[in-house]
Amino acid sequence: MWLERLAALLDRIWLPPLRFVLGLVEVLGQHLILLFSVLRWALRPPYRIGVLLEAMVFIGFESLPIVLLISLFVGAVFALQLSSALRTFRAEAFTGATVGLALARELAPVFTSIVVAARAGAGMATELGSMRITEQIDALATMAVNPVQYLIVPRVLAGTIMMPMLAMLFNCVGMCGAYIVAVGIQNVDRGVFIEKAQWMLDSGDITQGMVKAVVFGCVLTLIACHQGYTASGGAKGVGVATTRAVVGSFVTILVLDYFLTDMWLTLFAKRG
Amino acid sequence: MPVEGWQKPDDDASVPSERYHIRVRGVQKTFGPHHVLRGIDLDIERGKINVIIGGSGQGKSVIMKHLMGLLKPDEGNIFVDGEDLVPLDEFQLNRLRKKFGMLFQYAALFDSLTVEENIVFPLVEHGDPDTDGLDERGKPRKRRFFSRAQLHQIAVTQLDKLALPQVLLRKFPSELSGGQRKRVGLARALVMKPKILLYDEPTTGLDPVSTKNVDDMIRDVSKEHGVTSVIISHDMASTFRIGDRISALYGGVILESGPPEEFRHSRHKWLREFIETSGAVQMTPCDEKDLIVDDVS
Repeated sequence: MWLERLAALLDRIWLPPLRFVLGLVEVLGQHLILLFSVLRWALRPPYRIGVLLEAMVFIGFESLPIVLLISLFVGAVFALQLSSALRTFRAEAFTGATVGLALARELAPVFTSIVVAARAGAGMATELGSMRITEQIDALATMAVNPVQYLIVPRVLAGTIMMPMLAMLFNCVGMCGAYIVAVGIQNVDRGVFIEKAQWMLDSGDITQGMVKAVVFGCVLTLIACHQGYTASGGAKGVGVATTRAVVGSFVTILVLDYFLTDMWLTLFAKRG
Repeated sequence: MPVEGWQKPDDDASVPSERYHIRVRGVQKTFGPHHVLRGIDLDIERGKINVIIGGSGQGKSVIMKHLMGLLKPDEGNIFVDGEDLVPLDEFQLNRLRKKFGMLFQYAALFDSLTVEENIVFPLVEHGDPDTDGLDERGKPRKRRFFSRAQLHQIAVTQLDKLALPQVLLRKFPSELSGGQRKRVGLARALVMKPKILLYDEPTTGLDPVSTKNVDDMIRDVSKEHGVTSVIISHDMASTFRIGDRISALYGGVILESGPPEEFRHSRHKWLREFIETSGAVQMTPCDEKDLIVDDVS
């Protein structure tokens, strides 16, 4: 009797985490299968340049205003905080350098990805989810048009191409915001701000940010497309898919960011 | 006890047949704990209107999706012109799918495209269907793609054929009525000159007049284009009005299959109730003791 109780207790303790881990592995597997399918169909004709450009406009160009606005204020608030903090050590001259480094390596790719995931990722998941529940995706297949090739390949490619461009613009506008606050409000010397930023930042920092942006762009569009593509259960199902797409993207971007940074620092240790 | 299905012909289904366009043999499909198809044997007659009837949740749409290769059976074979589509990969299936056109229950028009863009979508993707396939030397033909003006003209012609006003061309699917949507969906399906047309509950949600119009449209298309039509429906009035061959799905198998007249004499209790309840057809009288009760448990 007590053995059965112990077994039941153990089940209650270890089954939920086991199910959670198995669920994670399953989701990861589904995304990898979709990624392979995307790669396979991306290489096969027909190459739909028009559809790709449309996706690039949606993910890149239409995200531009919000990305620029956020980058300006992220740079500004970062400069504001840092210049105050660094002034304690009479090191406010390093404001530009520190903001530049943070933007290039972390803030630009992460913030841009989060903005794009919230705007374009949610939009893609909703659009594909609606198409799924109204049988438009089945209709594509019945017309001998592969849905992955027509719907997902252009979006994933567009996300992968546009994200580093947006992140680069985030860097530039973020630095402008930092410059306005540091030089204009916090009275950091203009020459020192620029000189220290140039001294501290190099192409490796920018490359690190761009590599992250490429990975995040691919991952967030893949997650959004997967959630929309596999949506079920009517309007509620589309809502669930959209929520999962956004939350899943956020979490994945932040988790991946840690591992990518760790990998980068390991590979290029002297730059650390 | 499983339901005993319709006695299929003994001939080899893998041999291309003059009479049958599609032949389904022993198809089984399970979704999780639900054994939806338990061994489907089904013959679809060439150039005829074939109707598959059955109650809600019996697996009619599942059969339809199998016929086009959108779902793979767990077991069994589906022969289209003698070619088994079960072992085909996605690329090979796409070649076979060009033989098919499908009208979905709610038309499944692309809501981001106008009516004109919806109709010509398959032509934009695949080009002229007359240039598809292999030439006399067995080499793939060079596909011809239409100009914008030609595509517009084709869309206009398709609308005319289905008695739809040209003013619809610039409209979006959300601005159309249910009947109009179905006609536009059919125009899109017909534009690739399919050999087989599948209709997923084409009269669901339509008023009686629109239902009759859709029935007429299906019959006209079948006669004019000589296509094989497969309709899944639980609309008995429509079924007996236009069907050349009816197959009844119950308990995951085809219970009966044959011309509509035979169905009036059916001894299957469920089938008689199903038809009689609709009020569309008068069944021939049958003694209670002669009825076959099919247990699906």
